[in-house]
Amino acid sequence: MSNGHLMRLEGISKSFGGVKALQDVDLEVAHNEVLALVGDNGAGKSTLVKVISGAILPDKGRIFIEDKEVSVRNPRDAALLGIQMCYQDLALIDCLDVTTNIFLGREICKRVLGAIDFLSFKKMRMESIRHLKDLGIELQNVREKVKNLSGGQRQVIAVSRAAYWGMRLVILDEPTAALGVREASRVNDLIKSLKQKNISVIVISHNLQHVFYVADRVVVLRHGKKVGEKIIKETDGDEVVKLITGAEFSGQGIA
Amino acid sequence: MKDVLLKLKDSRVFLAVIGLLLLSSLLSVLSPHFLTVSNILNVLRQISMIAVVAIGMTYVIITGGIDLSVGSVLALSAVCGAFLMNHGVSMYLAVLAGIMIGGVCGFLNAMLVVTRINMPPFVATLAMMSVGRGLSMVITEGRPIYGLPAQFGFIAGGYFSGIPVPVLIMILLYLIGHIHLSYVKTGMYFYATGGNEEAARVAGVDAKRVKLSAYVISGFTAALAGMILASRLVSIEPLAGLGYELDAIAAAVIGGANLYGGEGSLLGTLIGAIITGVLRNGLNLLDVSPYWQQVVVGLVIASVVSINALRKKS
Repeated sequence: MSNGHLMRLEGISKSFGGVKALQDVDLEVAHNEVLALVGDNGAGKSTLVKVISGAILPDKGRIFIEDKEVSVRNPRDAALLGIQMCYQDLALIDCLDVTTNIFLGREICKRVLGAIDFLSFKKMRMESIRHLKDLGIELQNVREKVKNLSGGQRQVIAVSRAAYWGMRLVILDEPTAALGVREASRVNDLIKSLKQKNISVIVISHNLQHVFYVADRVVVLRHGKKVGEKIIKETDGDEVVKLITGAEFSGQGIA
Repeated sequence: MKDVLLKLKDSRVFLAVIGLLLLSSLLSVLSPHFLTVSNILNVLRQISMIAVVAIGMTYVIITGGIDLSVGSVLALSAVCGAFLMNHGVSMYLAVLAGIMIGGVCGFLNAMLVVTRINMPPFVATLAMMSVGRGLSMVITEGRPIYGLPAQFGFIAGGYFSGIPVPVLIMILLYLIGHIHLSYVKTGMYFYATGGNEEAARVAGVDAKRVKLSAYVISGFTAALAGMILASRLVSIEPLAGLGYELDAIAAAVIGGANLYGGEGSLLGTLIGAIITGVLRNGLNLLDVSPYWQQVVVGLVIASVVSINALRKKS
């Protein structure tokens, strides 16, 4: 990791009542890296990414972006720091078309009479076609309403929206879970192509085949603790499965 | 052009347009009086008040809300305006004050809905419906206000190049609203808020402000309709606008608005209002009793919305 860290978490802990969801977790994300977060159900993956994206405040711990400590109190804070969580259903507005969704909040407008912002539909359409093509996405019609798209297409639009907004870190929670084989591989290819756009990705997945395809590094959580961290090229499925289930290093894993 | 046609066919307005055309051709065959300029202008003038109320209603429905208070707000604004006029306040000032009162009612509705009270729009506007009607009764002591200045009556009674002024006001307001909702950034934000409030918020849309403006717009359009009504009758009664909320909702829904938010258009609402107006007018011309007319209007609402729902599934 010669290019330094984009983000570093230090000693993140979070309890819900008596349940210790996260215990003293350290995590680093490098520039232009795809980091996979794996672990069994209830291992703390979702809680961890919610802390990063500002949806949950940790009880303890510090977050650094490029070695500067930052406070992430809500999703807006995270967005301003260039961090965006991509929820498949939460991020898009069904009744609006693809272009409007990509540009929502940052529309291209023409100001009339000094006060009224008329939407420049044509410009935004051209720009979104160009941007999607850039990411290798062919969409027949950017004027299609998002609700008419398939799950995979929606996921792709949500991710490309984050990319277009100049996000530096995109977080995906099981992006391929509900998708067919072809759609899943499209999403996976998109994740890989984000690296060329100078965007790092944290991806939560249960599908180790997908993890080995898209990720550079994998971090394993178990019972709220980080129990393993491997470079993808230096590990294999068996080792990762053992880390997830705790078959090896069991003395270290469960407190 | 082909593009526009395709877009039209895709939209929920399409069905309303077809319905209106079918209805009109049927009525023009059945009654020789239907397709005359004077009858058409008459229908448009009759619907103008409901149609103006339905503008604000459409805004509110697009954000996923509902405004049951429009009929009462209409009465309260008109009653206040009329009261001031009859107590020596100049006509323009009184009209302005009445319209402002509508805006204030809308603002209060919004406060209950968007602040931490987080009241469901149905309940908040139901409360305002009762308060508005009650205040109208208090101010008038339950009696109509007669004898408004003749000058005031000219507004809604007048014509401009042969077209009744209320119809012109209606068309002008629809034009402004349509341009706003379809082509302006802040207009699009109403759809974004109604479609997925959380996502809109995360994207930087001030959803609370959007919802607030929807209720304020609704208050203003209700008050404007109240002024038109008072001007047409040169008097106002505290029970004016009773049931307008339902007619306005019906117009919006026939025009393709979705009560779950995110969908609807003013073009559709206008056509919806015209359909109910034409239907009533046609049934009148055919000597159908007003009791049956209500039944027919209800059946039309049910069938239009069912066909829309089925079309969406296919």
